[in-house]
Amino acid sequence: MPDTQPQIPVTVLTGYLGSGKTTLLNRILSENHGRRYAVIVNEFGEIGIDNDLIVESDEEIYEMNNGCVCCTVRGDLIRVVEGLMRRPGRFDAILVETTGLADPAPVAQTFFMDEDVRSKTRLDAVVAMVDAKHLPLRLKDSREAEDQIAFADVVIINKTDLVTADELRSVEATIRAINPAARLHRAERAGVALTDVLDRGAFDLKRVLADDPHFLDHEEHDHDHDHHHDHDHGHHHHHDGEVSPIHDVTVQSVSLRGGEMDPKRFFPWIEKITQLEGPNILRLKGIIAFKDDPERYVVQGVHMIIEGDHQRAWKEGETHESRLVFIGRELDPERLKRTFEACQAA
Amino acid sequence: MPTVAPLDLPGHCVVAAFVSDVPHFALADGTVHRLADGHKHVAAHDGLVCATLDEKSERLLTGGEDGKVLAIRADGSVEPLADVGRKWIACIASGPQGAIAWGSGRTAHVRFSDGRTKLFEHARTVEGIAFSPKGMRIGVARYNGATLHFPAADGKPTELEWAGAHTGITFSPDGNFLVTTMQESALHGWKLVDAKHMRMTGYPAKVKSLSWSPKGRWLASSGAPAAIVWPFQGKDGPMGKAPLELGLRGNSQVTAVACHPADDFVAIGYADGMVLAARIADQKEVLLRRPGKGAITTLAWDRAGRRVVFGSTDGDCGVIDIAG
Repeated sequence: MPDTQPQIPVTVLTGYLGSGKTTLLNRILSENHGRRYAVIVNEFGEIGIDNDLIVESDEEIYEMNNGCVCCTVRGDLIRVVEGLMRRPGRFDAILVETTGLADPAPVAQTFFMDEDVRSKTRLDAVVAMVDAKHLPLRLKDSREAEDQIAFADVVIINKTDLVTADELRSVEATIRAINPAARLHRAERAGVALTDVLDRGAFDLKRVLADDPHFLDHEEHDHDHDHHHDHDHGHHHHHDGEVSPIHDVTVQSVSLRGGEMDPKRFFPWIEKITQLEGPNILRLKGIIAFKDDPERYVVQGVHMIIEGDHQRAWKEGETHESRLVFIGRELDPERLKRTFEACQAA
Repeated sequence: MPTVAPLDLPGHCVVAAFVSDVPHFALADGTVHRLADGHKHVAAHDGLVCATLDEKSERLLTGGEDGKVLAIRADGSVEPLADVGRKWIACIASGPQGAIAWGSGRTAHVRFSDGRTKLFEHARTVEGIAFSPKGMRIGVARYNGATLHFPAADGKPTELEWAGAHTGITFSPDGNFLVTTMQESALHGWKLVDAKHMRMTGYPAKVKSLSWSPKGRWLASSGAPAAIVWPFQGKDGPMGKAPLELGLRGNSQVTAVACHPADDFVAIGYADGMVLAARIADQKEVLLRRPGKGAITTLAWDRAGRRVVFGSTDGDCGVIDIAG
């Protein structure tokens, strides 16, 4: 088949019922950007969706028959995307709105593991909507809320007008502890700039982390690009293996930093880690400096699926250092740190 | 020399078939085209998801994104058979005595010729549906196996379990075997008399097209650089036997297959639009159509076994006359 058709970008919207997902969805659909969307929903919520092309599908999680429990895909998305792509002229992009209880991993993995879907579409980003007021409660009573944050490339903290500055700081710190690699935006009534949500290229190795000089530098970063409020990063200091201040949170992130790596050590290491720890690793992202390599290498992964490629030449004066973040459960920070550091070039 | 009468249509062809000997082409955009005294078409659905020939009733059954099930005849008439609302009709099958069945979400629907409809709910999505050639029985492909129902009777369904996602389903023409296509590029089969399993693996791509040879002696399949043809002559089906590989090409995948209605040869369509016919006995090949624009999505023989209709992903469809 001629591979000339451009791949259709897919944005996945996750978030609990009532977090403002549908409000954001309708904002995306109604704004005058000239793009036509196909929307895939798993349930019709109370708020109607204003779009010509809406497909309702039943969430179908398929474990692949390869003995790996984390290799799951969404069968309904495979079918619907395949059907939609038979008439590609109708839309320019796809939005997938998941249910509040949906596990984002199979959704994301569908776009990597199914050859048909992969050949026609590309996952642009996973966007998680969280309700500033109710997040602490959600994190207490469900693992899904945590997974959705852990999985996200963009987290929108919605309904910030309903909480105090202290509550907001605490919510932000919690999100940061779960997922230090995501971009955070604050919003009232889902009011974020659509450029913060769409066309993120979060899984595009040429772009992932490309415009993010502060990746993993949370002491100094400013991830919020909506400028209508001030920031307080006082609670954002991060350390290896940070655990959220909310004790119910089971997801942790492990941020690793090292010098130049030996590819002969690094690749077998990352392969082994993802094979052994795949079920526990929700996401991983990193920039790797290989010894004697003029280009920086980026890696990103979802459970056991890992992709890597050269991204661009190191800029003059840029520190050749390697940074890697694992987001997951039951990770052993000490072991990860030790074995990662052992991959450094002599 | 085979000759090709091309028909360029404006999009993805889901199913091509002969209805009352008239070539029909059901497109994903919901239009159904036919070649009867020139090119005609009907706008049947707002988006067509699935279609199948109902040979006995001489009609094409179609299911749409609009939740409608229609019967289309060679005179261009469109008969609405059902409307389930906003859910897609994912799969459709024709059965004995004018019965039809379709899947929408987790529900399998059976509609008898008198218009009576029976619903069968499942815990998981109905991915594929087929009638057994014998008796009033349907098979549903689902996650982790297949379910058999007897729609004319009230009884418990038969569950056939096999881990994994089953996406399509077919009964052998003698009704002895049930075969499903799977998400992980394999076929799974059950010998229905004892529910013995048959694993048919080794495909580099998902199998999207299956066709039984006359009397069910062979099962041809897509999903590889050759048509993979499994022997079903023995009482245990293909178990312990290697399949034949017909029309092997180094540079293109087989995307559609259709067995001749009387003789043991197979029309084979490829990702680059080529169509071949290959004989099972000696694997001899005849070129029927040179590569075109789109991948072949559908192939069907006429009753006499002299003409083949084909459709593609890009709408370059047509009719091949084998004798020329």
